Order: sequence, then C-alpha cells, then structure tokens
Amino acid sequence: MTYLSKLLAALSVVLAFGLVAPVAQAQVNPTQSSVNEDAMFQALGGENTVLSGRTTIPDREAGVLIKPDNKAWAVLQGSTLHTLSIVAVVGMIALLTLFYVIRGKIRVDSGLSGRTILRFNSIERFAHWTLASTFIILALTGLNLIIGKSVILPLFGESAFGTLSAWGKIAHNYLAWPFMAALVMIVLLWIIHNIPDKVDMEWIKQGGGLLKKGVHPPARKFNAGQKVIFWTVVIGGAGLSYTGIMLLFPAEAGTAADWQFYQIIHALIAAALSAIVIAHIYIGSVGMEGAFDAMGSGEVDENWAKEHHSLWVEEVKATQKRNTTQVTTPAE
Amino acid sequence: MARMKFLCDADRCIECQACVTACKNEHEVPWGINRRRVVTINDGLPGERSVSMACMHCTDAPCASVCPVSCFYTTDDGVVLHNKDTCIGCGYCSYACPFGAPQYPQTANFGTRGKMDKCTYCSGGPEPDMSQAEYVKYGANRLAEGKLPLCAEMCSTKALLAGDGDIIADIYRERVVTRGYGSGAWGWRTAYGDTVTV
Repeated sequence: MTYLSKLLAALSVVLAFGLVAPVAQAQVNPTQSSVNEDAMFQALGGENTVLSGRTTIPDREAGVLIKPDNKAWAVLQGSTLHTLSIVAVVGMIALLTLFYVIRGKIRVDSGLSGRTILRFNSIERFAHWTLASTFIILALTGLNLIIGKSVILPLFGESAFGTLSAWGKIAHNYLAWPFMAALVMIVLLWIIHNIPDKVDMEWIKQGGGLLKKGVHPPARKFNAGQKVIFWTVVIGGAGLSYTGIMLLFPAEAGTAADWQFYQIIHALIAAALSAIVIAHIYIGSVGMEGAFDAMGSGEVDENWAKEHHSLWVEEVKATQKRNTTQVTTPAE
Repeated sequence: MARMKFLCDADRCIECQACVTACKNEHEVPWGINRRRVVTINDGLPGERSVSMACMHCTDAPCASVCPVSCFYTTDDGVVLHNKDTCIGCGYCSYACPFGAPQYPQTANFGTRGKMDKCTYCSGGPEPDMSQAEYVKYGANRLAEGKLPLCAEMCSTKALLAGDGDIIADIYRERVVTRGYGSGAWGWRTAYGDTVTV
C-alpha cells in the first residue's frame, strides 16, 4: 500500500509539473508561428504555385510537396485534348464525306490517254511512303493515347487494350526517327518546287478546280493546294519532331511545366495535321481519278497531268525534247 | 463506407523517416522508389515544419483522368489504385499528380519508365486480396487484413494519421483546439477540394 501511495504521490508531482510547464510555455510558444499551408500558398501567390522544401531523396523534384497546377494540365490532357482530337478527326471525315456526296470523284475530263509520264521517281516515292507509313502509325498510336480509352477500350477490354497501347507506345517512340529522316528527305527533294509564286494566286482564285467540273487552273509540279500540304507537313512535322524529342527526353525539356507545355503543343499539332492528312489521303485516292498513280507507280496518265499540272507537263516535254535532240544530233 | 485519407499533423512530425522506412520494408519497395517521403518546409528557419507525403488518394484523381489506358480505379474505401498489367509506363500520371506520388522503376532510352508504382494505402491491387501475385506487384494488403497503413501505424509521434477522413479530421481538429495552433491539413484542399477547418 505504501508503495502504491508513494507511486501516486510521485505521479501527481509529475502531473502537476507536466500540466504547469506547458501552460507556462504556451505564452511564449514559438511553434505557434509555425508555417501554415494556407498562409504559405497565399504568400507564394494563390493556389497556382509550387510548394516545396527539402527532402533526403537525392532528387530535387522530390522536394516539391504540393503542385496544384498539375491539375490544370490534367484537365487539358484528360478532357480538352480528348474532345478536340475527336472533333478534328471526325469533323474532317464528315466534311470529306459531304464533299464526296456533292462533288463525287474528280474524273479526268478528257479521258485517259493511255500514255504515261514519270511524275515521281523511286527516291521521291520512297521518301513519301516512308513519311506516310510512319505518319499513319504515329497518328494512330498517338490518337490511341488520347481517345483510345473511350473508343478501343470498350471494344477490346482492359487487358488487350493495355497490351495494344504498350506496343503502340514503343512503335510511336521508335518510328518517330524514320519519320524525321523522311521529313528531311522530302524537304531536300521538294522544297525547290514548293516556293509560292504567281501561278498559285490564279490557282487559288479558281478554287483549284476542285469545286467545278472542267475547271483546270495551270500549275507546275506542285499546285497551290499541294504546296499548302507540303508546308503544313514540313512545319507541322518539324513542330511534332521538336516537341516529340522533348517528350522523349524529359530531362532536356526542362521543368515539368515545360514538359506539359510541349505535350499540349504536340497533341494540338498532331490533331490538326492528322485532319489535314486525312484530306490529303482522300484526294490522292478515292477523291480523284488518276491521282494515286503519281505515288503508286510514279507514272501518271498524260491527260491527267495536262489537266492538273499543265505547266509542269510543258517543262517535262521541253526537257525531253532537248535531251533527245542532244543524243540524236551527231557531233560535227 | 469509410472514405480513407491521410493527414499529416506537421506540428508533430519530427522528420524521423520511420514512415518512409516502414513503407519500404512492408512492401519490399525496390531501390529508387519512394512511395512516401518527408519534405521539410522552411528548413533551418523559425517555424520549420516537416510533412510526410504520399499518394493522397484524391477525389476525382487527376492521374486517372490523364491515364491513356484507364488503369486507375477507386475502391469502395476511396483508395485510388492502379492495374500494373494495363499500365504502359507513359509517365502522364506523374505530370498530373500534385503530390509527386507516381514512381517508376527504371529509366531507359526514350524515357522508358517501366510500370508505375505508388502508395496503395496498404491495400494492394486488382489481384485477389493477400495473394502472392498481388504482393509481388503492389506489396502487402493490410486493409484486407483489417489493419491501417503501416506508415501511420508506425509513426513515432502519431503525426501521420490514416483512416476515415471524417474521423482523422476530428482528431486533428481536437488537437488544434487543445494546443491552440495547427499548420493545416497539408494537401487536403488540393486533393479533396476542402481543408479541415477548426
């Protein structure tokens, strides 16, 4: 009993001190002026700021405690880009379908002559098809990352969709390089033919003959419409390449905010370029008789060439004539 | 159903890193992956505070909205989990997360990251509860055993609270009222849209 009472007495002494001490301290408690989350955010400039400190992990990014800004990018990526991409692609397909219904297939008005003329040699076709095939895979795998979850996922289920997307990501990362190489090739091959000139003004004025039957404004190797495609692909492709490299090498991109910026730009260019390329594919295949041969065999029908690229045909004929004259005229 | 949350009472956190160590050990987390970390604000200055941070298991989780393959899901307990079999390691979630939670096991060419890993609130993944397959991919499933996350259970000063959001908010509120000050429920406004008001 005495032991217990002694213990109780000791405890009460401890308790008394324990209770008194904090009260005495509380009046001069320096911890009351401790850093406060709300106050810190306000001091740093509202919600849209980065709250960071020090951590033991040897990675400075790990010191970032809260970054509410990331949620803004999440909204852009998760819903805005998602909607925009669908609108761009579906919208263009709808427009082209409407155009096909109204205008129909653009025929060669004077009929096929049966004689052909070389429009694109094998190097040009190789560059074009490398660019085209890689672009199609890049566009589809890229689009899959944005809208696949609402289009492919419900069809194939999570497991198959995951596997498909994983392969798609690998394809996207690696095929970007041949795409860039082919982009450089087409610039070298065709830039000389794609400088805008006076002929283009006339072509644009006549709507390229796209809207009316029997209208064929003159054009050299590339008409104004093709020049637009060329420059869109070159500038858009360069933009995609640059932002894409930044996305592949996040450390080179700079901060996370920079990476997010590149991602948005990459997706916006991709959506626009995809829509434009769909129109290009349309006019080069079902949209116009004789057009596919230019990139298929490289040989186009002479009448098609005369209708769509009259000045270019004259140039080619003149060159051929010069060449044959040179060969057949014996030296004196 | 409970809505599970974390709350770090920064006025109690002594930056001992026990939560970090407990987490690494419990889930056999590989080197370089930090499901939980302690960040010290105003280090060395008056009013310095440390906050233990991991995945906050957000309401309307931004990681889930950016994931291209929709591998995230929210459990009945409000815990945000993900399926590593579906994950393609694109890294988008790490750019969407306000708390730096998503971690990646490798860095190879072209930003290849491997499957994302993050705090599971000690509740595993989509595999059967407490199965070996689940343990290998996600670590222990303490919630299925009726236990709370080990980081909070191990906390030497009971700074880190885990449990139903309403209950831990009440505990925190009581502490703030009793001691007369509090630095706030760090991350709550960002994660859940509202903070704990006293």
